[in-house]
Amino acid sequence: MDISLQQVGYSYALGTPFEKRALKEVNASIKSGSYTAVIGHTGSGKSTLLLHLNGLLKPSEGTVRIGDVNITASTKAKELKEIRKHVGIVFQFPEHQLFEETVEKDIMFGPMNFGVPAEEAKRRAHELIKLLGLPEDVAQKSPFDLSGGQMRRVAIAGVLAFKPSILILDEPTAGLDPRGRKEIMELFNKLHEEEGLTTILVTHSMEDAARYADQILVMHEGRSVMAGTPADVFSDAERLKTFRLGLPRSVAFQRDFEKLIGQPLDKLALTEEQLAFEIAAALKDGER
Amino acid sequence: MLEKMIFGRYVPGDSFVHKLDPRSKLLFVFLFIIAVFMANNTITYALLLGFTLLVIFISRIRLYFLLNGLKPILFLIIFTFLMHFIFTKEGPVLVDLKFLKIHEEGVRQGIFISIRFLVLVLMTTILTLTTSPISITDGMETLLNPLKRIKVPVHELALMMSISLRFIPTLMDETDKILKAQLARGSDLTSGTIKERIRAVVPLLVPLFVSAFKRAEDLAIAMEVRGYRGGEGRTRYRQLNWQGRDTLVIIIFLVLVTALVWLRGGS
Repeated sequence: MDISLQQVGYSYALGTPFEKRALKEVNASIKSGSYTAVIGHTGSGKSTLLLHLNGLLKPSEGTVRIGDVNITASTKAKELKEIRKHVGIVFQFPEHQLFEETVEKDIMFGPMNFGVPAEEAKRRAHELIKLLGLPEDVAQKSPFDLSGGQMRRVAIAGVLAFKPSILILDEPTAGLDPRGRKEIMELFNKLHEEEGLTTILVTHSMEDAARYADQILVMHEGRSVMAGTPADVFSDAERLKTFRLGLPRSVAFQRDFEKLIGQPLDKLALTEEQLAFEIAAALKDGER
Repeated sequence: MLEKMIFGRYVPGDSFVHKLDPRSKLLFVFLFIIAVFMANNTITYALLLGFTLLVIFISRIRLYFLLNGLKPILFLIIFTFLMHFIFTKEGPVLVDLKFLKIHEEGVRQGIFISIRFLVLVLMTTILTLTTSPISITDGMETLLNPLKRIKVPVHELALMMSISLRFIPTLMDETDKILKAQLARGSDLTSGTIKERIRAVVPLLVPLFVSAFKRAEDLAIAMEVRGYRGGEGRTRYRQLNWQGRDTLVIIIFLVLVTALVWLRGGS
């Protein structure tokens, strides 16, 4: 499903002294099957933006279009539930949403809410436990007895269980160890490719944005200020700096390296692998 | 979603009311609550209402904002009004519908009680809107200090109060977050039978309790690590400062009470 935002604005606590405009005239278009990273400094409106993508917030101004459904300030709550079936959100620290007696039941909660029969939901729960690399016997345990990393995986399974076609990830790896971080990001990438998901990743990690996304949206003070491929966005370091954002480590290294050898490399290295490749190519060129 | 609640919230400002010492404000509100029950006729109730409106004006809180926040309590006020309206059977009959007789005294009582309710709620709301929670507890602790002699754990009570006040917004945010996460998983709180709706609260409450307990534990450890050992010998960073305007508040109160005593009908 395609997503498009037109002139979307949102204010918190409208009509009270605490009123705060969190989004202003945001425009964006996200194609079905794409992998979009949303980056921005803390308080730039990233999280508010993603709440609009499944109707948890309705825009105060403008239109959010998801598939064939338009969401405006006057959209009724009933229509929103229909949208939520197709849009899964993995929130920051999703383990805070666990509540059931067993892991199995907690994963089944989402699909059952959306009308999937219990048996099918159970089957999916066991599939996901395996897919997320959790031990098989975890199904009948209480989610509160698990380690932090395992709880995170169970919570992610709970979102994947209702098979959303749009998957929104809000800092899904915050607080995990480096290995768990990599495993989970790789898993999302695999799902994105195999299931043809539309993935939207909200992240502080420029490395993740550069490595996985094919489109980047930059938010700053509630506005959408830049959009384009990772190569486009990260080649304009000066502009990113004005939005208080840095470069991925590989690009930063590449810039320093280019300064040392006094000539630019062929391509922008968005990952460490690419960087190694570019440097090797440049060295070979130098020998010749 | 829960951002409309204003009861117990603080709005910074620099009006006369904001600048008062929390002790004078607390003392005033406490005595005012007692004084409200002295009113017993039209003129005294009018005086109370007028005085409250004056305080709102001086505190420069937007009336619309204040009333909007009082909506949840409005129901209670209307309910008590109707109770008096229907069940008081004194004085001449005003309206006679076969099944229901409305008496003059019923209307009078209904209006009086509603005003009493409104004035009480407004005054206490003004107190919390114009005083930061920390000053309220500071003021409370100093005012209750004499009770220490009879072994009332004043400091501990004040600490409990400031911690609970401190965590109201945190828990609200937390509830909002969990609510959103469960809504995204298709949980539905607004439709279905009553039984279904009650069941739908479980996914909200369990995570909330889990995180509240965890927070309490973290806080206890953090306090102990920083050497907290109870109130004994503890000094204060914020010193309370009684000024001329605070004495003025007490004088205003005495004038108000004198007026009430003078104007109230003999009974």
